[in-house]
Amino acid sequence: MTTSFIEGVLTGSIQSSTSVLYAALGEVVVERAGVINLGVEGTMLMGAVTGFMVTAQTGSALLGVVAGGLAAGVFNLILAYLVVTRKANQLASGLALMFFGLGLSALIGKPYVGQLVHGLDALPIPFLADLPVIGRILFNHDILIYLMVPLAALVWWVLFRTKWGLSLRAVGENKVVAFAAGLKPELLQYQAVFIGGVLAGLGGAHLSLAFAQSWSEGMTSGRGFIAVALVIFAAWHPFRAVAAALLFGGALALQLQLQARGANISPFLLDMIPYLLTLGVLLFVQKGRKRAMPEGLKAVFEGTN
Amino acid sequence: MLNGNSLAQIGKQQFSGLLRYMAMLALALLVFALVLLIFGKNPAQAYADIFSSTIGSAYGLSEVLVKVIPLVLCALAVLLPARIGLVNVGGEGQLYMGALLATWGALAVGDSLPAVIGIPLMIILGFVGGGLWAAIPAFLRAKGWLNETISTLLLNYVAVLWVNFFVFGPFKDPESANFPQSVLFADSVRLPFIGSSRVHFGLVLGLIALVVLYFVLKKTRWGYEMRAIGGNPEAARRHGLPITRYILVTMFIAGGLAGLAGMGEVMAIQGRLRPGFSPGYGYMGFLISWLALHNPLGVVVMSFLIAIIALGGDTLQITQGMPFSSVNVLMSLILFIVLGKFFNNMSFGWPKWEAK
Repeated sequence: MTTSFIEGVLTGSIQSSTSVLYAALGEVVVERAGVINLGVEGTMLMGAVTGFMVTAQTGSALLGVVAGGLAAGVFNLILAYLVVTRKANQLASGLALMFFGLGLSALIGKPYVGQLVHGLDALPIPFLADLPVIGRILFNHDILIYLMVPLAALVWWVLFRTKWGLSLRAVGENKVVAFAAGLKPELLQYQAVFIGGVLAGLGGAHLSLAFAQSWSEGMTSGRGFIAVALVIFAAWHPFRAVAAALLFGGALALQLQLQARGANISPFLLDMIPYLLTLGVLLFVQKGRKRAMPEGLKAVFEGTN
Repeated sequence: MLNGNSLAQIGKQQFSGLLRYMAMLALALLVFALVLLIFGKNPAQAYADIFSSTIGSAYGLSEVLVKVIPLVLCALAVLLPARIGLVNVGGEGQLYMGALLATWGALAVGDSLPAVIGIPLMIILGFVGGGLWAAIPAFLRAKGWLNETISTLLLNYVAVLWVNFFVFGPFKDPESANFPQSVLFADSVRLPFIGSSRVHFGLVLGLIALVVLYFVLKKTRWGYEMRAIGGNPEAARRHGLPITRYILVTMFIAGGLAGLAGMGEVMAIQGRLRPGFSPGYGYMGFLISWLALHNPLGVVVMSFLIAIIALGGDTLQITQGMPFSSVNVLMSLILFIVLGKFFNNMSFGWPKWEAK
């Protein structure tokens, strides 16, 4: 174990957990409102492709990130309309949304396959970035990575310290009671699904603009589903979502580092780690998690909605 | 008891149900035509291409059937657990594991067995492979440890990776240096084709599964008890129904059906194991079962529809230079319209006695 190996794993885990964390934080908001979006995969792809296209057209990665987030938020409104207004089954609607995002992003992104853009730049923080090891691990990243923890804090603050967040959580627990208390459950759910889409879109944009710096069909390769699982793992809590995402990113980075060093382990077995880890941890912590699940989601998981 | 009147009633219901599905389909086709226009394609030409390459010719129709086989099996893999309130999103992984275990068997026996033993062996291995993979989430659910929705979903990725591991590793044909694939299977383990088409024996398996499931769900005590569990698990538990056993057996059979789909793909269509041989049949099966309201007859109709669209995707890729997954847009438009119940004011139904 050399320092450069550990450094590679740690830097890598931060970089590869970013897109998943943004999507997971978005999904926390959505699920706290009693809606589950199984189609985060499609939402992320819309963010990734829009972000890439706008960057390729305007030359500004920052503009691309913003556009990716907004496009994905609007895209998510399809889900809101289906499950909130039309009362459609949430799991099936989510999967349908995934297929829609997969197809639509492939269609609009086709001319951009194989193109390279100047993506998000790393912004080394003065002085701190020059610290040995730590500097390179923590203080030499792009803007979306720096915003990971502040964003989690913001989501936490909004959910648990504002009136809007309280209302949102009330809707997620029991729509009928929330309505009786004078709230507008459907409006709140629309808002939550939109915000969830924006965050998933930012995650997708990070994937195409910083992580890969290119666009390819279906490039999220399961990260959307991982995000959904991480939310349960994190017991619908923003800070635990950060830890969960870093754990996932760590597994991914460890695998890449081992491969890069020619470790004699099949990459496919290593690729399983994040999924098995998620399963294992879900299993391990399940008991406490059941209590944490928003009441409104239980019906979905029981298959009765 | 069915008398003439109620039969006519059922006939009428099915007719209006059919009309309604036609209306939804028409709307989806219209919206997709707009999408095509926006992307500078000619929708009339695209639809003509899809039609002539699918139901417009005997060959096209046979190719549709080729895709209907795995779709029906994967949809049944969702339908069956749904009857007791389980959500199986793991058809894709179960399909891959069925194919993997069958491949293992095929490579192990080579051409040492006559076809009368070899083919049934493949069918059993395909079924068991998918069944055991589904038994993992079933066991975790039955113990009350982990909800099956998430676990089946996550296990899909693990299953695909297992197949990759074997195809790139132990099962790789040393002759094919650049292509990760197994050797061609011996004829004595390959499923027979029907006539000169690519429609294979899996069609018979699918039909058997359909008839048996239909009969069991509708006519037997098991079907009745499954409805009871699906309707009210707590009441069923108090009545002493063996819920744990139902969860395990139902999921095993469901996974087995998806496993058969995977086995059919490698033992008939491909003739060897290749990575990524399924274009998402498992996920499509999930949606088909939901579109059909978990009704076996509806599953057949919807499988044909989705098969035509999926095959149309291949066509558009060639004739219009569109990415294959762009037909996902058409498929999901249909899903949106059906799931959103946009035509609910029209009198509706797969026959009521089948709706859950």
